[in-house]
Amino acid sequence: MGRYLKTLRRFWGTALASQTEYQANLLFDLLGMGGNLAGSLFVMGLFFQGGQSLGGWTWPEALVVLGVYTLLDGVSSTLLRPNLSRIVSQVQEGTLDFVLLKPIDSQFWLSTRTFSLGGLPEIGAGLVLILWAARAAGSRPSVVMVGAAALLLGASLTILYSLWFVLATTSIWFVKTWNATEVLRATLTAGRYPITAYPQTLRVLFTVVIPVAFLTTVPAEAILGRPSWPWLLAGAGMAAACFGLSRSFWQLALRFHTSASS
Amino acid sequence: MRRFARLARVLLTTQYAHMLEYRAEIALWALSGLVPLLMMSLWIHQADMAGALGGVPAGEGGLSRLDLARYFISAFIVRQFTVAWVVFSFEEDALQGRLSPMLLQPLHPLWRYLTAHLAEQATRLPFVAGLAGLFLLLVPWAAWLPSPGRLLLVVLATALAFAVNFLVQCLIAVLCFWSERASALERLHTLAMLFLSGLMAPLEVFPPAVRQAAEWTPFPWIIHFPARLLAGAEVDQAGGFAALVGWLALLLPLTLLLWRAGVRRYAAMGG
Repeated sequence: MGRYLKTLRRFWGTALASQTEYQANLLFDLLGMGGNLAGSLFVMGLFFQGGQSLGGWTWPEALVVLGVYTLLDGVSSTLLRPNLSRIVSQVQEGTLDFVLLKPIDSQFWLSTRTFSLGGLPEIGAGLVLILWAARAAGSRPSVVMVGAAALLLGASLTILYSLWFVLATTSIWFVKTWNATEVLRATLTAGRYPITAYPQTLRVLFTVVIPVAFLTTVPAEAILGRPSWPWLLAGAGMAAACFGLSRSFWQLALRFHTSASS
Repeated sequence: MRRFARLARVLLTTQYAHMLEYRAEIALWALSGLVPLLMMSLWIHQADMAGALGGVPAGEGGLSRLDLARYFISAFIVRQFTVAWVVFSFEEDALQGRLSPMLLQPLHPLWRYLTAHLAEQATRLPFVAGLAGLFLLLVPWAAWLPSPGRLLLVVLATALAFAVNFLVQCLIAVLCFWSERASALERLHTLAMLFLSGLMAPLEVFPPAVRQAAEWTPFPWIIHFPARLLAGAEVDQAGGFAALVGWLALLLPLTLLLWRAGVRRYAAMGG
């Protein structure tokens, strides 16, 4: 375990060092984040123009969902997107072999190798939005509630990571998976809004088939102080299942890996 | 003239063959354009809820659930045929040095990108038809058939909208000659396109001031106008076409001028 922590520190130390070289990028990242957040808030506002609720959620409650979405999006651009897009190029160029030879878990190496500073402001904005909206919605934090919210947020991050990693793994067979990640991004857009705002069929689809509900709506419920045991268990179970799936799928894919370098 | 026809034929057929190789990719790409389907479900559900609660039965902005369904299906179709990705191809070509041989040929490189886009749209056609059919299965009550005259106008409007979007992308791509940050600029452009074009919500539900401001940008004319036309809604046709032609008249000379100035600055990369 200590070895992994030490490796992680080295990985991110070098990533940080190489990124401070490109400071102008940070400005564009900030502009992009601001624009994205403003647009999301604007569209959310359109749904509330008549003063009604969105799927039974009030304006501040719906903003908690948007906050969780922003947080997840920030994590994807900080950690998931930069690392997992490298898997694709490593398969193409045959450098994946070097990773497989290292005396460290290959999934760990591939998932944590680098990180991008550009997503950090988005994570911050997501957290601020969550805290502000939860206060405005009149949520009173208690130890149990914070614990449940943290657990469900962790579960949602695990699910998101697993979905990304499974998609990146398919590059062992298909080599080019850039468009598949675009499909995933488009699907995750559904998480900007509470799941009850969708008609019945989509609600079932987003809970059982593609676990979008567990990504944003379920943690938001917990943050608002409405955690329920069945959802807590379902969230934890779904996260464990997704993570297990991503690990076994990676092991399976490695058996089919025919190196591109030889 | 004959040289031109032959060039066009060769470019289109080779690009089409190239695109056919990437059928699976293009199918996935078409699938990633399904955001209007999500927004359609949300807006219709919201309109139903408003009706159930005794709100305005016509839905928001005076759009009924039928209007909303038809609008978003149309927006999906229009979006599929106005997509452009010049910035990405151009950046890759410039970085890998493929641009240099293209510049030597007696053919403007932008023609190559244009034919690639047209060929890709032809490859995309069956997937779009399939996905639009899927849309209609979800909302069978919304099925409609535009009149032939209207359809002709829609094709014209979509072609003009594609041309405008293509030129906006070319303009951003040409900025690559001056700065390596053109793709960051492209990200901001994508955001403006997403929120102002009417993909997330029809412009009818925007607050009037925002709508007016949005209409000064090219984005609503690229999606919202052709989509409303296709949905069979009452639209200011003259105004819409005038806006599209106006943007074309502005963008085309600007892009070509900047291209010329940019090529002079171009220092080849790669071998």
